[in-house]
Amino acid sequence: MRDLMALTAQPQVISLAGGLPDMTVFPPEVMAKVTAQIAAEASARALQYGPTEGLDDVREAIAQVMAAEGMTAIEPDDILVTTGGQQVIDLVCRTLVDPGDVVIAEAPTYPGAVPCFGSFEADVVQIAMDADGMRVDELEETLDRLEREGRRPKFVYTIPTFHNPAGVTMSLPRRRRLVEVARERELLVLEDNPYGLLRFEGEPLPTLYSLDGGEFVIYLGTFSKILSAGIRVGWAVAPGPVFQKLNIGKQAADLCSSSLSQLFVATYFRSGLWAEQLERFKEVYRRRRDVMLGALEEFLGPHAEWTRPQGGLFLWATLPDYIDTTDLLARALESDVAFVPGRAAYLDGRGGSSMRLNFSGVAEDDIREGVRRIGRVVREQVELYGTLTGSAAAPAERDRPDPAPQESMADVVPLPRRAGGDRARGTR
Amino acid sequence: MSRIAVLKGGRSLERHVSLRSGQRVEDALRRLGHEVTGIDVGPGLVGRLRELAPDLAFIALHGREGEDGTVQELLELLGVPYTGSGPSACGQCWDKVQAKHLMRDHGIPTPDFHAFSEAAFKDLGAADALPAIEERLEFPIVVKPARGGSSLGVKFASSAAQVPGALIAAFSYDRKVLLERHVAGHDLAVSIVDGEALPVVEAVPNDEAFYDFEARYEIGRTTFVCPARLSDEDTARAQALALEAWSLFGCRGFARVDLMRDAQTGELTVLEVNAVPGLTDTSLLPQAADEAGLGFDDLVARIVELALPGVSA
Repeated sequence: MRDLMALTAQPQVISLAGGLPDMTVFPPEVMAKVTAQIAAEASARALQYGPTEGLDDVREAIAQVMAAEGMTAIEPDDILVTTGGQQVIDLVCRTLVDPGDVVIAEAPTYPGAVPCFGSFEADVVQIAMDADGMRVDELEETLDRLEREGRRPKFVYTIPTFHNPAGVTMSLPRRRRLVEVARERELLVLEDNPYGLLRFEGEPLPTLYSLDGGEFVIYLGTFSKILSAGIRVGWAVAPGPVFQKLNIGKQAADLCSSSLSQLFVATYFRSGLWAEQLERFKEVYRRRRDVMLGALEEFLGPHAEWTRPQGGLFLWATLPDYIDTTDLLARALESDVAFVPGRAAYLDGRGGSSMRLNFSGVAEDDIREGVRRIGRVVREQVELYGTLTGSAAAPAERDRPDPAPQESMADVVPLPRRAGGDRARGTR
Repeated sequence: MSRIAVLKGGRSLERHVSLRSGQRVEDALRRLGHEVTGIDVGPGLVGRLRELAPDLAFIALHGREGEDGTVQELLELLGVPYTGSGPSACGQCWDKVQAKHLMRDHGIPTPDFHAFSEAAFKDLGAADALPAIEERLEFPIVVKPARGGSSLGVKFASSAAQVPGALIAAFSYDRKVLLERHVAGHDLAVSIVDGEALPVVEAVPNDEAFYDFEARYEIGRTTFVCPARLSDEDTARAQALALEAWSLFGCRGFARVDLMRDAQTGELTVLEVNAVPGLTDTSLLPQAADEAGLGFDDLVARIVELALPGVSA
């Protein structure tokens, strides 16, 4: 898969495989103004080391962002500034995980977390999701099973809002239950929330952190999707003892995050422009999502199912189970279009017929054209399969290579419901 | 000192491996004192070669662009000497169906197979012939794209129900595929430099029960043993067979021949010949050369010398 992914970055390829925010939406003149101001007012500070936990000015900006997501009781001292949100995942693993320890994640999970879990040799157990996010009932069953085996998970990793890659959002009852479960079992939860503020529609839901009050939830935030991915500033808010350990881990990892980047954030936030900029991002991404949903309906209509995210950057599409999206990518690349094969989001080989599509980083025309090309190669494969099996376009039940797990997962978002009439009651 | 252009990268599915091979070759050539220019192959290739007018093109380009003979043809046209085999040998090795037919016609044993184009299924009802093929080849059956490398799109089908899915996967990489009898046994690679076989490398899966073709390219799933765990007699037979294939295709410079040794019957068969084998730090040809006492720089120097007689470091 790595070999194939190396080709997705070629300039002629319409890549729906990226996870990029569109930084052309950020006005260059604002960037010029902010950097000039830093040079004029704080040059020496910007070029100097800073405290490991982060500069006070940026921690105030972070408290503002968290307040905007309904977490009003955060003090700047509760915040550990990190080098992007990714560093929080790394620090939490570094702090908590010994080789062989169980970490619980969603199925599918953030593809960028997979190598991180792998490098700490975590045994990742993945919990299925549906349109309401992680199946907390399945989580509880899994926790019971692990307890019987004498294994205690180190933490539960979740992206409750506008999930990457699944595009779904955890419902309020599930959020409440997850926080209860964490409390009952004294289990840490790492809430990864890069996209929460990128809501296009619907009512915002409380974060796990605010429901829990910060006792068992470690909160991960980032400026990557609301301001800039290139400045690499994220943060963690964690229960006291964990916070201390994360701080020590951060000191070992990189002493402190870039002072220049932190001052960029702080200076920019003082200008008061961020709320307006956030609206611009949302407006652009919402339109792109709509274009993608329309194109999917038009070009993949009968051959796939997909999630309808109310925000964020991604959606998750699932094809008939006889199509392996890793192989399909080779054929798609011939048509100069790319996506992330679903397998990248699993550690156990599942996800083979799904794909992650990004709508935030690609212009509307390219989204439409990209989806049209994907639709064409999928249709070719579906027709060929029909020819091979002597069936119509829809595969017969007997052709499933391994029907058992499919059926047990029949209500799960990432796995296809391909058999016969089931398609009619898809997730969309 | 010669001026050498290293051709690498390109747009094929093996771009990544090729960039690694190319980089390693460039480093070696520089150590050998040559003037080296790496070229990531793209639409500007001919212009770039004309402008550079190198003494030699070192082809570290895997996948379609480097192995189907196109680049070699172009270099012939431009009058630039190049490493490895010529257009005809490359073209024949690159298409596994063509290669297997040729081997079978010339008495070089290769596992039984049947090949089909996508059109055969769409327009000629080839699907109706599948049961007969399955009966002849017996499960598990290996399904492969006719052209392609690094095991991309190669699948096992262990029952009739799995054949359509495996075919769909293989057709993702090429419009022509082959169904091949699976040989259970030793997975061997014989590297050849200038018509001489190097020690045999064997790919040993770490977990036999779950072995698939991808495992061969994933670190930790396969161990490569050199020399292979074979009797002297089997080693000699494998090398002789590899040389026969090398001669049949008219290879030049260097190549790698992949073979299987049936665990039950001891029969050796040739799977394919790679006219532009990988030269990365985990590739098999450099491993074999190393076992023969030829370090990577020596190997690269030898390959250059073969392409440019009279030039050595």
